[in-house]
Amino acid sequence: MCGIISVIDRLGNSMDGEAIKKALSLMDERGSGEGAGYAVYGAYPDYADYYALHVFYDNLLEPKAAVEELLEKWGKIEHSEEIPTYSSGRMVKKHIPWRYFFKPDTSLFANRESKEEDAIISLIIKINTEINGALVYSSGKNIGVFKASGWPEEVADFYRIQDYEGYLWLAHNRYPTNTSGWWGGAHPFNLLDWSVIHNGEITSYGTNRRYLESFGYKCTMLTDTEVVAYLADLLGRRHELPPEMMVKALAPPFWDEIDEMPEKDRNLYTAMRMAYGPAMMNGPFAIVVARPDYIAGFTDRIKLRPMVAAEAGDRLYISSEEAAIRVMEPNLENIWMPDAGEPVIGRLRR
Amino acid sequence: MTTGATPPKYKIKIDDDECMLCERCIDNCSYGVFRREGQKIVADSRKCTACHRCIAMCPRDAITLIEKPNDYRSHPLWTRDAREAIYKQANSGQIILSGMGNARDYPIIFDRIVLDACQVTNPSIDPLREPMELRTYIGKKPRQITLEKTKSGDCDLKTKLSPNLKLETPVMIGHMSYGAISLNAQLSMAKAVSEMGTFMGTGEGGLHKKLYPYQDHMIVQVASGRFGVDINYLERGAAIEIKIGQGAKPGIGGHLPGEKVEEEVSKTRMVPLHSDAISPAPHHDIYSIEDLAQLVRSLKEATEWKKPVFVKIAAVHNVAAIAAGIARSSADVVVVDGFRGGTGAAPRVFRDHVGIPIEAAIAAVDDKLRQQGIRNEVSLVASGGIRDSADLTKAIALGADAVYIGTAALIAMGCRVCGSCYRGLCPWGIATQKPELVSRINPDEASKNVANLIKGWTLELAELMGAAGINSLESLRGNRDRLRGYMLDEEMLKVLDIKPIGA
Ligand code: SF4
Ligand code: SF4
Repeated sequence: MCGIISVIDRLGNSMDGEAIKKALSLMDERGSGEGAGYAVYGAYPDYADYYALHVFYDNLLEPKAAVEELLEKWGKIEHSEEIPTYSSGRMVKKHIPWRYFFKPDTSLFANRESKEEDAIISLIIKINTEINGALVYSSGKNIGVFKASGWPEEVADFYRIQDYEGYLWLAHNRYPTNTSGWWGGAHPFNLLDWSVIHNGEITSYGTNRRYLESFGYKCTMLTDTEVVAYLADLLGRRHELPPEMMVKALAPPFWDEIDEMPEKDRNLYTAMRMAYGPAMMNGPFAIVVARPDYIAGFTDRIKLRPMVAAEAGDRLYISSEEAAIRVMEPNLENIWMPDAGEPVIGRLRR
Repeated sequence: MTTGATPPKYKIKIDDDECMLCERCIDNCSYGVFRREGQKIVADSRKCTACHRCIAMCPRDAITLIEKPNDYRSHPLWTRDAREAIYKQANSGQIILSGMGNARDYPIIFDRIVLDACQVTNPSIDPLREPMELRTYIGKKPRQITLEKTKSGDCDLKTKLSPNLKLETPVMIGHMSYGAISLNAQLSMAKAVSEMGTFMGTGEGGLHKKLYPYQDHMIVQVASGRFGVDINYLERGAAIEIKIGQGAKPGIGGHLPGEKVEEEVSKTRMVPLHSDAISPAPHHDIYSIEDLAQLVRSLKEATEWKKPVFVKIAAVHNVAAIAAGIARSSADVVVVDGFRGGTGAAPRVFRDHVGIPIEAAIAAVDDKLRQQGIRNEVSLVASGGIRDSADLTKAIALGADAVYIGTAALIAMGCRVCGSCYRGLCPWGIATQKPELVSRINPDEASKNVANLIKGWTLELAELMGAAGINSLESLRGNRDRLRGYMLDEEMLKVLDIKPIGA
């Protein structure tokens, strides 16, 4: 189960969270009230140059002091505050969400190709694996993830999602089957610029995880969605694959199809599968991966989970259900069901 | 001989009411167990090796073979085997030879690992209706792919790929040399692997002319004796394997007795007729990892960098570090051979007591290569005691790219694991060079048996993968989440890096 919906305004115009909250809530029966979340790109224009680190704290004593000590040691906290929340009904604060606008001091991190991002990743891994009671779940620039255990409308109201604005939104309603419903396990899953929403189960998790570990990633979230974000970071950022090819690495064409391709493509796709075989994902899934300049949606290679895409003006929507998209935009110009494994990509034209 | 004779191990009985005196048992038994005395067939059980040839060929099912119960005074420590070994050595003062793999009752780790299957939340995939991909490439892989966008918007591949072997199924046949086994046995397997889109090893015995038509599916071996190695040989192989060690006898070399070196063998191996062909334990030019790297590179240079080079080692305690060194020596494939591996002849004490099981070795090697960030750049082949498609699937889930089978392929051609290969009298025409025995294998028929075996395992592998919701081999490799340990102790679970059942 699980319901996903995402939208990008390709001209970069802002949308508030009202419409996507309603759209996600329409898919309530794809969830179990155990997790929902929203990611918004363009959330923090005033701090656009800083990494917005969202942290769940179990209490505000030891873990918070430890995290802040670590951040101060490796960079500068420009601003920090508790993320405003509004408890009501079933939604009570289980963890305390906090946000930091942070810049790492890259001179302290030696010998890295892409210093800032690698510095942030290593800090996150350190916090998430070594500091009990603290969990960084959002770390992009000008990006915010808001998630908790609850139904889509409850979680939206808890954070007042309707008041945030951005040009790119992802939202997810969770039906946990693999791990229990907990706040950190809700989607979207985020790492730096990458956010992921995912409906399905990744049967290749063990292979993907071990592959990522050999590139220095540590999977700590007990959810298979985490590996998707790391794979996107590895392939999209570190290996600089364009989004179409990144999707083709994660959900590649079958050998039979590759065998039929003209020579140039055959060589290309054979090389891709040889190099990225352990990155390919198996099992049923529909996934949307976002970064500041695009969203890319795709399903598994035999389409065991639903995914529909639609356009209206400059906006591209990708969702589990057409009805959810129609909640956001009743007048669609174009609506289609992408083929299995076929990427749908919406790029920012700004 | 003060110790006297030991009691026979097997007892043959012939049912005279059934026997029709056709004498097939006499013809078929190369060990000379049977003879005719008047209107009766008489058996000398002492000579029997339990090869089962007579039973398989008797038209009347008149022959019964039983493993004779221990008729020594029973004792938990001084078992029959322990005592007989002492009698043997007290008489001979020699190393005791044996064949066909470890015969000790160690727990089999494969049998304490179970596979996973999907239920409800995640659909299983039906291989009869959905594509199931078992193709795999063996060889060096690039760490990353570099692409260049063209003006028209598509991508050009900038990365140059190293040569790889393309396998349509992850089952290869390991190295068993001409000399150790018969040409007909080799031919049968070569035909089978060609048909199935996979590969087999030549062993250290050169490449006989009759195998040339299958050379694109043969991996030629360079072992310490360098038998049969010249540039023609190297160029014919699809890949080259340097053998450092083998699972059945880690740390020691090989020895093909002069009797087996008949004319064709002597030509193919490039050794004098009837001379002992001795491959020493160490290679005369490899005494360090740097030396190995040099040999890897010289073999590549000699063949214009067109062929992947494998390095095979026996699974021993430090196998992970050794494999990591090999992976960095420019080798494309590391083969790890576990202590259940079979062989024609090995000192019994090695066969039964040296080395470690392949399950632990693969897990440790895969881990180490990942820790060093190079797992994906080198391929890993597991061998030594792979008995069925479940072992195959588990080996891949533990981290192997593919497996080598040996004994299983011989069994597909008739071998009954009698363990007497070193005598050169194999009644099934496999481990022998005697023309009358070799001709018992018809390569056209036997190749079908071997191909069928590989086909059957491949189908079962596809079913097991489908049940786990996986439709490509890449996603099974190293996927230890799909495995659980059953009655394995905590330390072993840690080495294998798998969870216990129920977790
Ligand atoms: S093969 Fe069977 S039937 Fe023929 S002689 Fe031997 S025991 Fe008798
Ligand atoms: S190959 Fe022949 S001699 Fe060796 S174990 Fe098999 S049947 Fe016995």
